[in-house]
Amino acid sequence: MIRYTLGRLVSLGLSLVVASLVIFAVVEVVPGDPAAYMLGVNARPDTVAALRAELGLDGTVQERYLGWVTGMLQGDFGVSYTYRTPVSEMIGDRIWVSLPLALYALSLSVLIAFPAGIYAASRRGRPGDIGVMGATQLGVAIPNFWFAMILVLIFAIKLRWFSAGGFSGWDAGVWSGLKSLTLPAIALALPQAAILARVMRSSLLDMLGEDFIRTARAKGLSRRQALWRHAVRNALIPVLTIIGLQFSFLLAGGIVIEQVFFLPGLGRLIFQAISARDLIVVESVVMLLVFLVIVVNFAVDLAYAAVDPRLRTRA
Amino acid sequence: MTRFTRLALAGSAAFFATAATAQTTDINVAMQLEPPNLDPTGGAAQAIDSVVYSNIFEGLTRFMSDGSVVPGLAESWEISDDGLVYTFTLHDGVSFHDGTTMDAEDVKFSLDRARAEDSTNAQKGLFAGITDVTVIDPLTVQVTLDAPNGSFLFNMAWGDAVIVAPESIDDIASTPIGTGAFKFDSWVQGDRLTITRNDDYWGTPAALESATFRFISDPTAAFAAMMAEDVDVYVGFPAPENLPQFEADPRFQVLVGNTEGETILAMNNKMPPFDNVLVREAVAHAIDRQAIIDGAMYGLGTPIGTHFAPHNPDYVDLTGLSEYDPDRSRALLAEAGLPDGFTTTLKLPPPSYARRGGEIIAAQLRAVGIETEIENQEWAQWLETTFGGKDFGLTIVSHTEPMDIGIYANPDYYFQYDNPAFQEVMTTLEATTDPAARSDLLAQAQRIIAEDYVNGYLFELAVPTVARAGIEGLWLNQPTAAIDLTGVTWP
Repeated sequence: MIRYTLGRLVSLGLSLVVASLVIFAVVEVVPGDPAAYMLGVNARPDTVAALRAELGLDGTVQERYLGWVTGMLQGDFGVSYTYRTPVSEMIGDRIWVSLPLALYALSLSVLIAFPAGIYAASRRGRPGDIGVMGATQLGVAIPNFWFAMILVLIFAIKLRWFSAGGFSGWDAGVWSGLKSLTLPAIALALPQAAILARVMRSSLLDMLGEDFIRTARAKGLSRRQALWRHAVRNALIPVLTIIGLQFSFLLAGGIVIEQVFFLPGLGRLIFQAISARDLIVVESVVMLLVFLVIVVNFAVDLAYAAVDPRLRTRA
Repeated sequence: MTRFTRLALAGSAAFFATAATAQTTDINVAMQLEPPNLDPTGGAAQAIDSVVYSNIFEGLTRFMSDGSVVPGLAESWEISDDGLVYTFTLHDGVSFHDGTTMDAEDVKFSLDRARAEDSTNAQKGLFAGITDVTVIDPLTVQVTLDAPNGSFLFNMAWGDAVIVAPESIDDIASTPIGTGAFKFDSWVQGDRLTITRNDDYWGTPAALESATFRFISDPTAAFAAMMAEDVDVYVGFPAPENLPQFEADPRFQVLVGNTEGETILAMNNKMPPFDNVLVREAVAHAIDRQAIIDGAMYGLGTPIGTHFAPHNPDYVDLTGLSEYDPDRSRALLAEAGLPDGFTTTLKLPPPSYARRGGEIIAAQLRAVGIETEIENQEWAQWLETTFGGKDFGLTIVSHTEPMDIGIYANPDYYFQYDNPAFQEVMTTLEATTDPAARSDLLAQAQRIIAEDYVNGYLFELAVPTVARAGIEGLWLNQPTAAIDLTGVTWP
């Protein structure tokens, strides 16, 4: 288990270094001078030069890369060009929208997908299974932003149960914070739940055909008991993989949903920063997301090992 | 009913209860873009001025909604006979939000800072003619210019020329301290910004106790937020196709006002074939302005025939010079030696007037034989390559600065128009203070650039505001980017 964990850790570190190089290179290569953007079409060249100097944009590429990476290692993400506030503060504020939203959506997704998947697998070929599979087909096909608009139309404009967007802040209470995140979380969760339910069902069906299930049945377990005691646990490996991928997607992929519900999350921050060429914010937020994704994958790898003892020794 | 159900019901009632209580003293105002920071003297972003202009910061003079310039922090002024020295008398008893007094020293500080060597003021040109700022006494300040400047008082009304204090300048980007009728309260970046009434305001106090700005960029989200009554006012509503729906709804009012945004199809005057005036004229006649306004702007916008705002009293209607006439256009191209037309690039920045307008213009140009390769660009990319690098044949952009016909006198400006006769007119204009003579010169200037077909002049950008019915005192027009809430009242 220790060797396995160490191996995973080394690959985690390498991934981070490669990611930081790629992010920095891509962001720096794209044309667009942040200083010129901030000053607009009437600015004089000497004003733009003065602002470039003020923002520290006149160093060499190597200097800026090293400055950025060493800063991050010390927890200093730099200062946003346009907002003129430390990037770490901006991320600190916004992660409390994006992270709860991703977790909320993931919980909803799991709460819907597990029962639906297990139910469909246990009713294979019967109307219940066909109904669930039809619904998930629809869920996979509907894009989440369109679904979000429909939710707003019904629950915000017609019924007035929720506001059409915005985030009330956790200061106003956990309840009202959760309320602001409910429609976005549902919009994010349903397509994910549909995918997860399908994976859960097919993985369970594979397991139900395995020898050890037949053995369990032969030893006197009912179909339901065999399913719950043996099949579900073993079917979890592919499901965990999908959950890990989905969490990463929900964190970074909230960009569109955060636009639709004008939530002050990380996705919206990246969106604004890219159009304003706030390079330091783009680099740091993307790096943070990459870090989170890699850490989540690392956690999933460890979870595999917890679920499947064979993996602990193999690596 | 069990205890549990009762609890659950009570819980869900609290969950769904909306804050739809009677609002009389606060207001939710939405706009599309969030200001990057709150320093109007250090960036060109219009969103900064939208929030702070007149609400938080004030200048020596100020704009009214109709575009007129009236006294601001300066109560009155005298201009020397040679037009070089302006002596401003400041209002007595004006203080900044942090309690410090606003006096002539602050005016000197603000103007000197804006024109300094290392200034990052986006409109540094406004201050270029100032040679000296002298404090006479705490309420009198004298500004000396190197040459008479007829638009000096106009220039001082810009958001970039507001009066700031040396005590609070370091944090101006995040904690703006001005003299206005509202004080900055808080800013949850990415979501909302709140200002509250300044009870020690020197002038007429605001009727509203507080105002919250929300930043909603997605057109669908903007529509939903208005319909759900989450916001009370949306300035610059991004979905013009939905305006009829708001007009028909008694809960709302729709105001359509003017801006200073001359939207033009800019041509690279140094690049062949656009260096030939016949080709530029051919382009001008190939464009059907009304079709662009109807198709791209849902009918909002006034056609223009030169680079000047139609609501300005000095505007001359020259649309007749570039009437839609494809046959004439083809004939002009043949005369220019391009009977089969040519191919060029059309660079489009993000706003819908450019992206939607660009598609229509491309089709109209194709009808006379001009093929365009459309390239969509982000703003920063457009600024660097098209505007800065002058790498374009055609591009569409709205010039939103007020009274900016002077850009045609700069041969290095991105469309690279170099005409000494025009430059001469602008130099004379700057030195002229007599209103009648100025009107005459401005008319000349408009005519020169219209007859030279420097750019394709499309339309004056309109600004639609959607508000809850009964709200009064909102600016109809946008002579400068501003959401001035100082005179806004609920019914």
